[in-house]
Amino acid sequence: MTKVDKIRILVADDEPNILLSLEFLMRKSGYEVFIARNGTEAMEIVKTQKPDLAVLDIMMPDIDGYQICDYIKKSKELAACKVIFLSAKSKESDIQKGMSFGADFYMTKPYSTRALMLKVNDLLAAE
Amino acid sequence: MSSWIVILASVIYLVLLFFIAYYVEGKKIAGKRIFNNPYIYALSLAVYCTAWTFYGSVGKASKDGFDFLAVYIGPTLVAPIWIIILRKIIRICKTQRITTIADFISSRYGKNISLASIITVLCFLGVIPYISLQLKAIAESFDIIINPDFKQKSSSYLLFSDTALIVAIFMAAFTVLFGTRRVESNEQHSGMVAAVAFESIIKLLAFLSVGIYVTWVMFDGFGDIFTRASNFVSYQKLFTVKPVSGYSDWFWVSILSGIAATLLPRQFQVGVVENTDENHLKKAIWLFPLYLFLINIFVLPIAFSGQMLFDGLSVNADYFVLDIPLYANNKLLALVVFIGGFAAATSMIIVETIALSTMFSNHLVIPALLGTDYLKQYHQIGLSKILLNSRRIGMILILGTAYGYYHYISKYYSLVSIGLISFVSVAQLAPSIFGGLYWKKGNKTGAISGLIAGFVIWFYTLVLPSLTSSNILSVDFVLYGPFGIEWLKPNALLGMTEFSPIVHSMFFSLIINLGLYVKVSLWTKQSATEQNQAEIFVDIFKYEKIMDTTATWKGVASIPDMQSLLANFLGEQRSKTAIQNFATRNNLDLNQNKADPKLVAYVERVLAGIIGSASARVMLGSVVKEEEIKLAELMDILKESQQLMLLNRELKKAKEQLEDANFILKEIDELKDDFLATVTHELRTPITSIRAFSEILYDNPEIELEERQQYLQIINKETDRLSRLISQVLDLEKYDSGKQKLNLNKENIVEIMKECTDSILQLVKDKGVSLQTKIDLNETEFLIDKDKVMQVVINLLSNAVKFTEPPNGLIVLRVINTGEFLEISVNDNGKGISHEYQQLIFEKFFQARNQTIRKPKGSGLGLAICKKIVELHGGEIKVLSESGKGATFVFTIPKLKA
Repeated sequence: MTKVDKIRILVADDEPNILLSLEFLMRKSGYEVFIARNGTEAMEIVKTQKPDLAVLDIMMPDIDGYQICDYIKKSKELAACKVIFLSAKSKESDIQKGMSFGADFYMTKPYSTRALMLKVNDLLAAE
Repeated sequence: MSSWIVILASVIYLVLLFFIAYYVEGKKIAGKRIFNNPYIYALSLAVYCTAWTFYGSVGKASKDGFDFLAVYIGPTLVAPIWIIILRKIIRICKTQRITTIADFISSRYGKNISLASIITVLCFLGVIPYISLQLKAIAESFDIIINPDFKQKSSSYLLFSDTALIVAIFMAAFTVLFGTRRVESNEQHSGMVAAVAFESIIKLLAFLSVGIYVTWVMFDGFGDIFTRASNFVSYQKLFTVKPVSGYSDWFWVSILSGIAATLLPRQFQVGVVENTDENHLKKAIWLFPLYLFLINIFVLPIAFSGQMLFDGLSVNADYFVLDIPLYANNKLLALVVFIGGFAAATSMIIVETIALSTMFSNHLVIPALLGTDYLKQYHQIGLSKILLNSRRIGMILILGTAYGYYHYISKYYSLVSIGLISFVSVAQLAPSIFGGLYWKKGNKTGAISGLIAGFVIWFYTLVLPSLTSSNILSVDFVLYGPFGIEWLKPNALLGMTEFSPIVHSMFFSLIINLGLYVKVSLWTKQSATEQNQAEIFVDIFKYEKIMDTTATWKGVASIPDMQSLLANFLGEQRSKTAIQNFATRNNLDLNQNKADPKLVAYVERVLAGIIGSASARVMLGSVVKEEEIKLAELMDILKESQQLMLLNRELKKAKEQLEDANFILKEIDELKDDFLATVTHELRTPITSIRAFSEILYDNPEIELEERQQYLQIINKETDRLSRLISQVLDLEKYDSGKQKLNLNKENIVEIMKECTDSILQLVKDKGVSLQTKIDLNETEFLIDKDKVMQVVINLLSNAVKFTEPPNGLIVLRVINTGEFLEISVNDNGKGISHEYQQLIFEKFFQARNQTIRKPKGSGLGLAICKKIVELHGGEIKVLSESGKGATFVFTIPKLKA
């Protein structure tokens, strides 16, 4: 698990409590966490920190999760960056739309912390 | 005047008529119906004014004074009723494709061939004198314009030994050329109508010009003429009504002419058959009387002037109109008058012969051929030729007979007296037509008995006496009665001597006609077809819409038979398209061999338009086996169609309503979906935190106490948020569904405000802002729901706390009393709300859907609930704010009487 220290994860959500829970989970698994409270901050971090994985809320003020995912998936520099949507939007059509932006996984709120971390580890190990 | 000028002018005039007809029909074929208007329709009705009016009125006025007017008063009084009667007749004729008055009667009384034939013969006999009158007028006016009455007669001046014969031959040729270019008689003669309307203008202008010339050029106005005339003792009787029969003459002749103006074959032709739009009637009912008024204005002045000018000379008063300009040596005016009279006569001859010749071919020739199986053999060879030729022969026959009548009889009579003979004959049709229109029990036997009796009396009392003048009959017959039987004297039946011959004849013939029609109809029974037709005629406005789609016919027929039947008259191509069009209109399958009853009924109607309904029925009978439809069955069929139509209409309406409702439902549904999606989303958020932290706490027992406390605190708060949200959603649902009721009580508003500020005080202190209360009331008791009002105030106050920042944050609660309202406002000096959102913030979940202004957080339902509460109190809530300058929420509550 030596490589783990270097892995950088972006978590973006406009609900402070959810953000707090995500931050705790990532840090506990030994990842380096970047916190974004809205879309603008998230975009900034994506560009400057080049995270290996991003956990994105969809409905955020200013820039929504779709746009951020789209940016990541179209950028050559971020080719290795995985994206997980974490959203309260739970309809089949919502999930399809999220996946159409090239996301690697879509998880609905309220989420299972264990399932989320399994998926995060999974995606990063596949690298 | 040189005869060649007159002949040339007449020929030019006729060529002009031809050109008009040709031009209008060309326009019609090109799809332009510029001549389809009420003015042309009204002018064509003025075909009522013939040479009788043009020349005869003055003659009649010279002899009997005002009497001449009766025949114009009748139509003037009847015209308004046309809106009812003529409209109904038009409607029947259009739906049943009836093209002649004989067809109308025969169709009403069971499509009976013999009835149609009888009426055709009767109309023939009745109208012949009338046509002969026109021939007489043309011939005599021609002779006069060449050799005026007031000059010494000299036979060497006469161009022709028998002008009338030449005129008759010429008119026959003209009418044949003019009137028989088409087969289908129901195809309207728009060219003829336009030409007739033109003739009406010409005759009116001609008459007015001679009237004006006489009144103001030769004399010094109306006053001058009447003053001079009143000086002659012999003229004074002209200003009064005749003492013995005068008044009853007026009355009966008015009625007689009213009937004639409606039922004369030519009036029926232009008024009903040629009518293109029922609405034209609306204008015609005043334009036609106006025309009659105009053409009569100068009758008396001309009559008196003629009397005075030609006093002592043997000048026929019937031609004063022509003689006066000749006497004044105004040759141009004389020619104009001649052409005017020519127009009056030709228009009548054209329309009347076309109408009569259609009757001749459809009700005499075709039935005769049908009887001999000739037509069946003739199959495929185009019956239209026979039809056309029989019409041509009919026209020649009509004009030939008219000439004969002129030659033997009309010569000896005045124009008006001849015309009135025809009027009485046509009036015989009135009982069976008007009865047939409004009385379902009137039947064929009744109609035939009434008609025949009426015509026999007419013939006996008017025609036979007229024959005595040419010595065909002995005068003794009139003077002493047949075989010397006094009470059978043709002019004084049963010793009645008070009436003039015309009224006498009209009285007896119509009384007996009507009596027999009613009596016999009541005594005898109707056949099934008769009952059916009676039902349709009398209630046409009920049934007309379904005629096209209803099979009033029962039996077995094949489609090829139907097609070949039609092809006989329309030609192969046209009949094919007609049947195909009908099939598409009614969704019929033409690939079957068996013809749908609707199609058979349609073919019958088309045939009826060409050869008359009775002949059409017989022709149809030759190729199909028909079963009789009983009235009860017909009523069922009609009712079914009607119900089907109604049902269709209702279904359509219901469908539209359903669509509307569906649309609204969809909208509501979308709103509801939207609401639900937002609610679930809002519910998910706190649950997400609660679940995440519960799992974290469970999976990580090693967490420090402080951190653990913090996470538990979050779980607690989010749970609160969740339950608050749930109760608000339920609350709002209550308001939306109207279940929420107010609990109104008299409350002290000052105390309530105190309670509100107290409950929010801790929140204010925590935030580090300040709160002021300003109450300015002259009374403190108000009828309100205390809990609800507090909910609003506290909601507004806590919102204000969220939006103000320490250390300068200031919240002001203000309560004032503005006459009718209690006005409560909450003002803050926070960041304010931009104009575009000021309405929207009162919508539920507005902030959830517009996340850019979402800070600080709330459920998104608070203001929506506030709005509901205020509105339930009958008040209003609004926000006054400018971005960056704070906001003021104001709500009013009307003072309610306790």
